[in-house]
Amino acid sequence: MPKCKYDWPEAGERKLIGQRISRVDGPAKTSGQAKYTYDVNLPGMLYAKILGSPYAHARITALDTSAAESMPGVKAVRKIQDVGTEIQWAGDEIVAVAAESEDIARDALDKIKIEFEQLPFLVNEEDLSRAADHAKAAGSEKSGDPDKAFSDPEAVISEGYYGIATITHCCLEAHGSVADWTGPDTLKTYFSTQNVSGIPGEVGEALRQANIDVKNNNIETICQYVGGGFGSKFSADRWGVENARLAKLANKPVKLLLERDIDLTVAGARPSSYAKVKVAAKKDGTIVAWQSDSWGTGGPAGTTMPPLPYVFTGIPNKVTRHTSVSTNTGPARAWRAPNHPQAAVLTMCALDDLAAKLNMDPLEFFSKNADLAGERGKVYREELQKAAELIDWQKNWHPRGHQTPGAMKRGLGISLHTWGGRGHNSSCNVNIHPDGSVELDLASQDLGTGTRTVITIVAAETLGLPLEAIQLNIGDTKYPPSGASGGSTTVGGVSASSRRGCVDARDQLFAVVAPSLGVPADQLIAADGKIQVKGDSSKSLTWKQACAKLGVKSIQVTGKNPGPCSLGSSGVGGVEIADVSVDPETGIVKINKMVCAQDCGLIIDLKTAESQCYGALIMGITYALFEQKIMDDVTGRMLNPNMEFYKLAGIGDIGELVVHMMTGPGYDERGTIGLGEPPVISPGAAISNAVANALGVRVPTLPITPEKVLAAIEKGEIS
Amino acid sequence: MRRKKQKPEAVTARKDNFSRRDFLKGASVAVSSGLLVTEAQAARPPAGPEAVAGPGRVAITLKVNGRPHRVNLEPRVTLLDALRDYLDITGAKKVCDRGVCGACTVILDGKPVYACNVLAIQAEGHEIVTVEGLSHAGQLHPVMAAFVEHDAQQCGFCTPGFVVACKAFLDKNPNPTTDEIEAGLGGNLCRCGTYVGIRPAVLEAAQTMKGGKANA
Repeated sequence: MPKCKYDWPEAGERKLIGQRISRVDGPAKTSGQAKYTYDVNLPGMLYAKILGSPYAHARITALDTSAAESMPGVKAVRKIQDVGTEIQWAGDEIVAVAAESEDIARDALDKIKIEFEQLPFLVNEEDLSRAADHAKAAGSEKSGDPDKAFSDPEAVISEGYYGIATITHCCLEAHGSVADWTGPDTLKTYFSTQNVSGIPGEVGEALRQANIDVKNNNIETICQYVGGGFGSKFSADRWGVENARLAKLANKPVKLLLERDIDLTVAGARPSSYAKVKVAAKKDGTIVAWQSDSWGTGGPAGTTMPPLPYVFTGIPNKVTRHTSVSTNTGPARAWRAPNHPQAAVLTMCALDDLAAKLNMDPLEFFSKNADLAGERGKVYREELQKAAELIDWQKNWHPRGHQTPGAMKRGLGISLHTWGGRGHNSSCNVNIHPDGSVELDLASQDLGTGTRTVITIVAAETLGLPLEAIQLNIGDTKYPPSGASGGSTTVGGVSASSRRGCVDARDQLFAVVAPSLGVPADQLIAADGKIQVKGDSSKSLTWKQACAKLGVKSIQVTGKNPGPCSLGSSGVGGVEIADVSVDPETGIVKINKMVCAQDCGLIIDLKTAESQCYGALIMGITYALFEQKIMDDVTGRMLNPNMEFYKLAGIGDIGELVVHMMTGPGYDERGTIGLGEPPVISPGAAISNAVANALGVRVPTLPITPEKVLAAIEKGEIS
Repeated sequence: MRRKKQKPEAVTARKDNFSRRDFLKGASVAVSSGLLVTEAQAARPPAGPEAVAGPGRVAITLKVNGRPHRVNLEPRVTLLDALRDYLDITGAKKVCDRGVCGACTVILDGKPVYACNVLAIQAEGHEIVTVEGLSHAGQLHPVMAAFVEHDAQQCGFCTPGFVVACKAFLDKNPNPTTDEIEAGLGGNLCRCGTYVGIRPAVLEAAQTMKGGKANA
């Protein structure tokens, strides 16, 4: 079989790839040695705090910072937005203060006098009738003949209302940076970011616009560890630029990490999505028509329509209409699988209700229609079967309306999802030194997904070395650029650039040592810490002996993605099933068990891949049951910008979770594909469907709070 | 009535109520008796009205991981800020800053507390152990090793707080059930969703610590 030289090793040859390997930075993290941006302390460093707008929509009419400026210990004050500016959301940054301690900086904020002219605002969008001119038509698409399909007397039709509220990212490490001008025009910035390589350009551009002369290549960005991003940390953000300006003004390093309330209010928002959906099927369960009128908000910019209908894109007759609602709330940020969890809720809940109306088992219904998902229909059927087996569907499922005996009502629910996940652009320097040491350098970042571990495994596998032999340097723009970690693009990008770099470096080493082993270079392999002659392991050099032949000159090569030989692809699917119990007296939903069957091509590290899925299920449980950015119609502010009322699931809230990664023939040969987003898409819909199955009524919107459960039971809409 | 109780003797009593988790059940007992004085406190001169600290900076000594540290700070500075901003001991993380998430958990006289809910001046005279004090000479504490093995971490920002809470929990409950783990570690929150790894990690660490392995 013709093999391209960078191709991944065949299944039988893989020593490390696909094994369960503990993350390489685990010891640093568990022992507290890992330094996050928030942990960077520099000599003479100041602390900055931001004063945000108390109003959702207002014009600044007076702003006096003089009392703050004259306070002892205050070293720099910057008006971010001045008199005349129209503020569009509560929490928007108005003044930044840098002082000798966090407490002095906070005191200084209290001394700032601002007057506002308050303006009308809208912060809640679920009731579209109140949106007035905040609502704008944002696209409509039609294919086939939906009117005819819905009017077919043979069609079984289900109509419903579904939705999912705005949530905030709530990264445990707040957004922010430490800025340190190490010279008049050289800036060192430590950022909590998903985008190390992109920060200098963004900060440099913004500073030059403010007439601060600094070249991008004189800005270094460092991020060794980041305490969560989930899509909210791609940009340097205005506060990141302001921090560099405060540091310039004060001529001292400054740390500016947002306070928790501001972070939850302005630095995280997953757009909401609501829809009235009508779906039709033939009596045999074949879906024939889709109609949706959706709306939602992502702050001042409104929203775009989620990809509807989701997964089942091949429904022959469709019409979709979307309304974008602009609100005076913190702007939307990408949230793990942007627009997909919303699409899953709107689609899978509507289809589940259709299955109930057809008196069909949803497992059978989704399997029957899997080909409407296109070429990946076969994979979905395999995943449905696997997930059903793991949750023991045959034993545990009951038709909707057949409530389980006893006080607690139990139900099962299914959802399907899809994602792309092709690798991003990445450059990786590989250095093999005469002393045998190996270094890989790239300005990528590890969000906790296991990026460091994946690169280390690829390098060790390719060079035939143990993991400990690889020194990996990431998280610093002094290394070659690598893409932002978003959209599940990192593993595909960095595994390919490091693979290509390591193959080239290894081949250069082969060329150097081939004469001493008396064979052509293409007859050598690197395995078990040795350079060996293929088929004759008695003829070999240890790695150190081989590298010693380099003399004084290291091998230095750069591997890139994209590049020759296909090492990855795009397009994955997954199926999740939830098993819940609902207490109809209290409205409390308890997760008994959730299962996830997920494909992602060739898995580099099974342990961290499974962790991505477990984590996604837990994040999904959290947004299904607890999370909502609750906005106050009266004050225009977020009512729960703290962690006691913005609730995250705890260790006792998650039930039993089971993950099954689809691997082996049919999957591995697709190469690497990202995994961060897909498994977080389905939990909301799966849990909503399980609750509907348990109760016999649909709780229309997420989060499924006790209050909403009780209201749905009382209303008793759907049987 | 309550305000009147906030006299020096009440301050002394309050020093024993380090954790918000125990505040409610502990407060009434301590305030009414005022007798829950630890050995470390007993060795100090009795607090009188003149001992009211602040509002300016005061010099205190914090004993962290067995080593004394002199710091000058305002009485309003929390133990968490004192550790992080004044002593550059950054293992305890600042997340919610109001006693909810557990990322700042440290051990005070053997008991886990939220360092954001303790004033630095309250911690004077007490033994403070942070995550940095649990591993020695590069040897991971059994809880840490089990967290690595079971991948009970992703971004890792909640992890030091979990490790410290888990260590303190196992000291008190050497043979926990899964239910007890879920109740005992319910005061720590993770955003990435690492609880699936944490449950077996705690069970494994319990076994290792009983086996008397290093640093247990």
